[in-house]
Amino acid sequence: MGSTNSTLSKIPNVEELMQETGFTPAHIVRLYDRFEALDKEKTGHLRPQDFGAINRLAMNPIGDRIIGAFFSPGQETVDFHSFVRILAHFRPADKKRPKDPSMPEPVNSRTSKLKYPPLVFSLISVAFQLYDQDKDGKISRAELLQVLRSMLEMQVTEEQLESIADRTIQEADLDKDDAISFEEFRKSLEKVNIDHKMSIRFLR
Amino acid sequence: PLRRVLLILPFGTPLGGVYKERTKDAARLSEFNGKMLLVSWEWSYVQTPYIIAIWILVASVAKILFHFSQRFTTVVPESCMLILLGLVLGGIVLLTSKKQLYQLEPGLFFLFLLPTIVGDAGYFMPARLFFDNLGAILLYAVVGTLWNAFCTGFCLYGVKLLGIIDQKVQAGLMEFLLFGALISAVDPVAVLAVFEEVHVNETLFIIVFGESLLNDAVTVVLYKVYMSFVEVGPENVQTADYFKGVASFLIVSIGGTMVGLIFAALLAFITRFTKKVRIIEPLLVFLMVYLAYLTAELFSLSAILSMTFCGIGCNKYVEANISQKSRTTVKYTMKTLASIAETIIFIFLGISAVDKSKWAWDTGLISCTLIFIFVFRALGVVMQTWVLNWFRLVPLDKIDQVVMSYGGLRGAVAFALVVLLDAERVPAKDYFVATTIIVVFFTVMFQGLTIKPLVNWLKVPRATNRKPTINEEIHERAFDHCLTAVEDIAGLNGYHHWRDKWEQFDKNYLSKLLLRKSVYRKSELWEVYQKINIRDAISVIDQGGNVLTSARLSLPSMASRASFPEVTNVTNYLRENGSGVCLDLQVIDNVPGAKVEEESETHHFLAGNLYKPRRRYQSHYSRHFMTVGDHERQDREIFQRNMKSRMETHSNGCFLSLLQRRGSDVKEQDLNDKPRRNVSWQDKDPVVVTVESEDEKGEHLEPEKEEDVGITFVARKVPDTPKERPKSVPAGLEVCQSPSVAPPSPTCSERNLPWKGGIGTLPVCVSMEATKIIPIDLQQAWNQSISSLESLASPPGPVEPLHPRVSALSRLGGQRPVSYSGSGVSGSGFGSRGAGSIVAQGIARFEFPPGGEEKEEEEGALSDQEQELQPLVSSSVRPPAPSPPGPGSRAEEEPLCVPEEPGHSAPSWQ
Repeated sequence: MGSTNSTLSKIPNVEELMQETGFTPAHIVRLYDRFEALDKEKTGHLRPQDFGAINRLAMNPIGDRIIGAFFSPGQETVDFHSFVRILAHFRPADKKRPKDPSMPEPVNSRTSKLKYPPLVFSLISVAFQLYDQDKDGKISRAELLQVLRSMLEMQVTEEQLESIADRTIQEADLDKDDAISFEEFRKSLEKVNIDHKMSIRFLR
Repeated sequence: PLRRVLLILPFGTPLGGVYKERTKDAARLSEFNGKMLLVSWEWSYVQTPYIIAIWILVASVAKILFHFSQRFTTVVPESCMLILLGLVLGGIVLLTSKKQLYQLEPGLFFLFLLPTIVGDAGYFMPARLFFDNLGAILLYAVVGTLWNAFCTGFCLYGVKLLGIIDQKVQAGLMEFLLFGALISAVDPVAVLAVFEEVHVNETLFIIVFGESLLNDAVTVVLYKVYMSFVEVGPENVQTADYFKGVASFLIVSIGGTMVGLIFAALLAFITRFTKKVRIIEPLLVFLMVYLAYLTAELFSLSAILSMTFCGIGCNKYVEANISQKSRTTVKYTMKTLASIAETIIFIFLGISAVDKSKWAWDTGLISCTLIFIFVFRALGVVMQTWVLNWFRLVPLDKIDQVVMSYGGLRGAVAFALVVLLDAERVPAKDYFVATTIIVVFFTVMFQGLTIKPLVNWLKVPRATNRKPTINEEIHERAFDHCLTAVEDIAGLNGYHHWRDKWEQFDKNYLSKLLLRKSVYRKSELWEVYQKINIRDAISVIDQGGNVLTSARLSLPSMASRASFPEVTNVTNYLRENGSGVCLDLQVIDNVPGAKVEEESETHHFLAGNLYKPRRRYQSHYSRHFMTVGDHERQDREIFQRNMKSRMETHSNGCFLSLLQRRGSDVKEQDLNDKPRRNVSWQDKDPVVVTVESEDEKGEHLEPEKEEDVGITFVARKVPDTPKERPKSVPAGLEVCQSPSVAPPSPTCSERNLPWKGGIGTLPVCVSMEATKIIPIDLQQAWNQSISSLESLASPPGPVEPLHPRVSALSRLGGQRPVSYSGSGVSGSGFGSRGAGSIVAQGIARFEFPPGGEEKEEEEGALSDQEQELQPLVSSSVRPPAPSPPGPGSRAEEEPLCVPEEPGHSAPSWQ
């Protein structure tokens, strides 16, 4: 516990951060260690290259997109607080407060009240952003194709990719603009318990 | 009088005597020498299989009867009814023979009945769900079962000491622990039987069911350990023996799992090489899975574990390797066997209870056992869940715990184990047997009956019987990657991390080793995509004309789509770009004219009535190749290639020279017709109709050509919205569908109305040895689907005069893919005459050298206008064509053709 406290004391505004993200001190310490390990140059900020250094992430087909999600537009670096806040989205919903699935994520509801501008609104918008690379609020056919291509790698032909993409868009596209808007995206996933599918367990 | 009634069951009595009479068989022959009997009574010869067959028949009929009343079966679970039936049958047998002849023999149960159920469960286990919840399942299976076994055993012993259990029950601590072990395991058969009807959500189901499967290892080990303890006597048990027990548990469980996985790998590996012998694929699956079970039994490992893991392990690879038909066969056979085995188990459980030797009733023992197993189950579940929820992402709430406690059903495994007890070593065996029967009946019947209302009352989230959409498939895959990445970033080696590692390993090594090359290259997502398309196609066809004729068609996977017209843009876009085949399901928007309906009505009528006689030509039989001889395969290939190129040309709308491909086209078309029917419908296989509903490209036809793939329909959206698409652009497929009779060009009518096109083929088929016809029972369904497809057609439009020659050609070539299928049944309607005519044409044209394909293109070009012109099909036979010349032209041709009919035509392309 001593080391925990000493680590915590190094982090500014740690109380606020914990309250905001719902992480326990142990979590925070662990993440802080991780942050420091990633931050090889000890600048207190992570740059995309720092993420790129993670080996397994390089093998992940959509790894670069995930990395991109850590950086708000126009920013080159991410500090520890943002780092933790973003990871907090993937923290399972609070057990003590069984959450109505229709409610927005606890993290984000809290986040939005706080002074930090919400980088993401909820899990679903995190997911949406994975696709929507140009941030125009729509997943275009080209964007979808990109994701599909990276996920499927060599296994399918371009034509197959395209037909999958077309089918996907067709299926979700309600307003027939040949693109998937956020609303359409949400609708297409409304039967999926996204909180279950998009959470990971943060071990202590 | 009763006696006489009971004589109906003459085979009841002789069971015991079978073997004695068997020995007389030899003598039987000598008895008969001298006199020649025309008919003789050979009961003893057939007795054993006969009795088995009769029992299976009884079980099946019982199942059928129970499902007569919908309202009844929703309230009373089938297992209850089967047990009751068993009780009745047992009573009858007992009355007739004074002695119970049948009971659930442990040998029969463990070697035959149980494996069928476990095999089915393992093979079709939703692997992802299972492994996602593996932690919980293992905890409940191991700790939970141990807890139940010890608590029940000790408490029964305590109660015995208190004197609540009668002194007649001669049992010590070891006996009670033994009894506790066998009574405490949740039973997979019972759980499956009850939970299948309750439809709780998947997580809950997989936890209870997984537990019931995996606790087998614990049960087996406890049972064995206690048996040995009972044998040597409790006083001789040494400390080392307890450790041996633990070691034995590890060996039994891990060993069982390993055996299963080894067999899974073997099976997957073998199926890599069955391409030429598809027919044995299903058999291989059954054999290897069963062998996994037997092998585990052989080494006294946990057979259920072995089989379960064999099923789970091999499923992915085997399903990818074997053919579609084999998949269907495996599925149906497994389900059939499992369902019959389950039925027999419950009936025999009922029968076994009606046996005087088992009526060793001790109220204290029975009531205490019931109370204990229930209380300890509930306690165990609550405690374990409490621990588990510390670690679970999705905690199990109170309602889940109630259902899990209540769903702890005991069943036939316990019964078979207790019957196996040695009465000399376990003097209280009879009491234990009676108690087990009561416990099983109570849990299966009382809890089985009440669990449904309970689940309703608690509002337990139900399973949604919803198939994932392509969106969900894609996004969930993306989520998996996303979570893996997040875990990597956060430096956690969590579940996703390991799952991803496993997937990498699987992709890089296992799949390479166990999957066929052709399959390995395919992407799973692509498979999913195709499956979804197939599903849509099938459901469209299933719904028959209803959906299709109505102005809107909603495919199940496209819940969001409101109506088709709006969708057209995408499709148009696709179809302009793509060279896909299109069977356009969406032409629906065109209101079918009365003529079409009339036509199709006539067609169905004629088809229904005229076609059957041709069945007599059906002569092909082969034990080794179900459907496809080389010949047929070839035909099919030709068909697919032809189809594809045809569609391509359609959509491209280019005019190629007519002459080039004409001849071949005609020929191919005709030939193709046949294989199609044979392949998909004859076997009642779920047809592999890959209807890529609208956006399809035809390309994938090629890769899939493996013979078992079946036929691929590729539907493409028809661009009928004028705004989006200039008319001048050839509307690739619409053409086909629009029934039209242009005076000079019969083309459209052929294309549109399947039977017209198909006519040409019939004679050919007949002459070919392999001709098969759609089974009568399928005809109606088929007709429906055809009609629905037909009704798609017919956009009104201006008729464009065609050159007579062109029209004739196009007529030949104009068959639509749909029509192929249709032609089998439908062709008959217009019967020989029409057929003859077309054939004749075909022949005539055939002489022109190469290639019939061009006509397609012509059609394509012409067609959009044509089709619009011609609202409905006019045909030689019936309805007055919208445009007068149509029928006329037809008529002219007919006389020519008639004489030439089948005999003539067949040789030309064979």
